[in-house]
Amino acid sequence: MLFQSAAARSIPRVLRSSASAQARAFSSTSSSAAFQSFLGSRTALVSASALTAGSVAWYTHLYGSLPFIGEVHASAASDHGLHPTSYPWSHNGLMDSFDHSSIRRGYQVYREVCSACHSLDRIAWRNLVAVSHTADEARAMAEEVEYDDGPNDEGEMFKRPGKLADYLPAPYANEEAARAGNAGALPPDLSLIVKARHGGADYLFSLLTGYVDPPAGVEIREGLNYNPYFPGGALGMARVLFDGLVEYEDGTPATTSQMAKDVSVFLHWAAEPEHDERKKIGVKAVILMSTVFLISVYVKKFKWTVIKNRKIFYDPPKH
Amino acid sequence: MAFSTTIYNAVFRRNSVYVSTIFVGAFGFAVGYDKAVTAVWDRWNAGKQWKDIRHKYVTEGGSEDDE
Repeated sequence: MLFQSAAARSIPRVLRSSASAQARAFSSTSSSAAFQSFLGSRTALVSASALTAGSVAWYTHLYGSLPFIGEVHASAASDHGLHPTSYPWSHNGLMDSFDHSSIRRGYQVYREVCSACHSLDRIAWRNLVAVSHTADEARAMAEEVEYDDGPNDEGEMFKRPGKLADYLPAPYANEEAARAGNAGALPPDLSLIVKARHGGADYLFSLLTGYVDPPAGVEIREGLNYNPYFPGGALGMARVLFDGLVEYEDGTPATTSQMAKDVSVFLHWAAEPEHDERKKIGVKAVILMSTVFLISVYVKKFKWTVIKNRKIFYDPPKH
Repeated sequence: MAFSTTIYNAVFRRNSVYVSTIFVGAFGFAVGYDKAVTAVWDRWNAGKQWKDIRHKYVTEGGSEDDE
């Protein structure tokens, strides 16, 4: 810069443009020569090696193994459980709501079967209202359960029938009681189980319908049960769903797979109660944003037409 | 030309009218847009939502707070 401006001042006006062009050409030649010498330098070698070693270390840290290099594992694939099948849930699509009849049947299965061991402590009776039950039905179901309340005027706790605001009752008072009642295995809370397991509802359905006899050579301890979808293969829960276990009020045949499907949908709803509203808002957002995007493309083209289509003529000064 | 003149005189000429038009228009659009999307949504999910099965479970004279 210093050189250029000094030169510009000392050189007559006519010559200025060619002089600065020369300066530019000179500086670019020198910079490319510097680049060439940098490529062969020790610094370049060291930094390239450091970059390579760094990215290999980072990749290994992130993914645990390098690509294209074979590995030998001491564990078998069955230790991670079978991959659940992808089932065509009726709420799979971008615009599909839950099947609320299925949620209602699934609640019945949960209440009559699963709730003997599993809690659902993030769902209150009021959450069922206008999802699977009417307010009157939910109130009646809540009143069948007694809840602790108090203290009253004498400072004592008392029992009262449930209200809509109460949460679904847990089968065990605490974790220790739950373990003691299930040979040391803790039945997990089911409120968020669909989000907490790989495969979500597909996994639940596969697990509930996937009980088989252990294959030859696989030994299952006393009190455990074999299920290929469960990581490790042996779990405390036995097969609980058998054809005709519950009687659906809407007359749907209560086969094992029907009950497993309904309870999976119910638990999917329990984990994502916002599901229907979320998808609806998503549809609205996509339509709106696409429209705004198209408008912005049009406005950009409109504003730039003048610049893109103009022609610039150079009219040299005449002596 | 006549159309743009009408629009200009009706909406853009006074800032108070212009701003009010934007606010009222935004409100009206939000309501109409929501109604339209909900209509398509309900059509797509016919028979699956609570409002489609509610009539099977409500009782005569029961409370209405589960719509």
